[in-house]
Amino acid sequence: MNKALWIAKTGLDAQQTRMSVISNNLANVNTTGFKKGRAVFEDLIYQTVRQAGAQGAQNTELPSGLKLGTGVRTVATEKMFTQGNMTQTENALDLAVQGRGFFQIQMPDGTLGYTRDGSFQLNSEGLLVTAGGYELLPGVAIPEGTQSITIAEDGTVSAQIAGNVEPLEVGALQLADFVNPAGLQPIGQNMFIETAASGAPQTGNPGLDGRGRLIQGFLESSNVNTVEELVNMIETQRAYEMNSKAISTADQMLQHANNTIGR
Amino acid sequence: MDRMLYVAMSGARETALAQARNTHNLANASTTGFKASLDAFESLPVAGPGQPTRTYAQTRDLPVDFTPGPLQATGRDLDVAVNGDGWIAVQAPDGTEAYTRAGDLRVDSVGLLTTGSGLQVLGDGGPIAIPPFETLEVGNDGTISIRPLGQDANALAFVDRIKLVNPDPAELVRGEDGLIRHTENLAQPADAGVTLIGGMLESSNVNTVEAMVRMIDLARQFEMQVNLMKTAEDNDAASAGLLRVS
Repeated sequence: MNKALWIAKTGLDAQQTRMSVISNNLANVNTTGFKKGRAVFEDLIYQTVRQAGAQGAQNTELPSGLKLGTGVRTVATEKMFTQGNMTQTENALDLAVQGRGFFQIQMPDGTLGYTRDGSFQLNSEGLLVTAGGYELLPGVAIPEGTQSITIAEDGTVSAQIAGNVEPLEVGALQLADFVNPAGLQPIGQNMFIETAASGAPQTGNPGLDGRGRLIQGFLESSNVNTVEELVNMIETQRAYEMNSKAISTADQMLQHANNTIGR
Repeated sequence: MDRMLYVAMSGARETALAQARNTHNLANASTTGFKASLDAFESLPVAGPGQPTRTYAQTRDLPVDFTPGPLQATGRDLDVAVNGDGWIAVQAPDGTEAYTRAGDLRVDSVGLLTTGSGLQVLGDGGPIAIPPFETLEVGNDGTISIRPLGQDANALAFVDRIKLVNPDPAELVRGEDGLIRHTENLAQPADAGVTLIGGMLESSNVNTVEAMVRMIDLARQFEMQVNLMKTAEDNDAASAGLLRVS
């Protein structure tokens, strides 16, 4: 069949994927700790129809051959881990990470999840949990009768308990960092999981060994730039239209051949 | 058989091939660092006894269109675009040195610097390994410096320099894997005159409007060849009709 049809189909596929990535970015423009994605494309293999340098006659070589490309493919949808804006919430349990690092979350199936979303709450046992109810690790229990909670830059959590003069240090939060954060696998719920590409997590106190510092009372907003996404969307739509035009043109060519010859 | 039919058929077949290539360019309208394929038709006259009346058409590759694509600002540390002429040297899967203009770099899990499609970027002495870093800066000349994890801002460390080359475009060809190589498949020396721009990506250099116009042009050309084939058929039918005893 006509090559052009299938090549244009790969173009449509790629633009469709890009559109999904853009829509996902736009949909998450207000998601705390969301990191925008980007579709990465590459051209598909080239087919040699006529080899350059082959013998045209005994003493001559063809100066150039014919290589036909076969379209485009999406190699990856890459997450961009640039810092999002800090929004002030004044809620004592809202934490933002300034710099590298992720909060470690105990998932219901026993594995660890990693997130930049620091909007924590307390559960009935006084433990810090995510909005989905999953425990933050290492677990920090806030005692009963606590009047105020202070979380320092280095993760130290202290509670002011009614009737006490000195605040009580109840634990320390840790962050996990990865060699290649872009290799983490997003699993939804603002959560990422470790993969072979991300490397193993290096956990430790915030602010040490390159890990970011914690800021209490702030949340990290999504790093999606809406204007950029809108421009990308326009570009994607036009490229999609052009590729669909290429399909209809290839179709017309075949149709013309079918209707003309042999009637 | 009527020779005209075969001449028209060669025109239609080669036009369909050219259309495939044009569609490939359109399909890669948003592939980072993509360079458009160009082609040309040439005539292949058939010499032989009698009048030289037949000339077949053949489409062939022209050198890849190396004009730079427009730059897009992304603001990502590891996105680089080659400023003007020149190429980023990468290691192809078969171990040879190949060149690309796609500068969407990343660091993989073992700390090697790769392109977006996973090819290792070459430095002064082979693939570039990057120690764990807090911030990474790619200089204009391809020099990579990092602030190692947990170090102060005054502890910048030089890592390596991205190999940038600038061979004569006439000596560069595109392989079947889409990467640009030297015709002799030899590693080229680094060129200090090639510079990079950080935080930018070079988008595809396909001129979509031009490709659309060419698409229409080729489609009409194809229809014309098919019409000629129809004419050849009509001619044959007419001459067969002349001889028919009715």
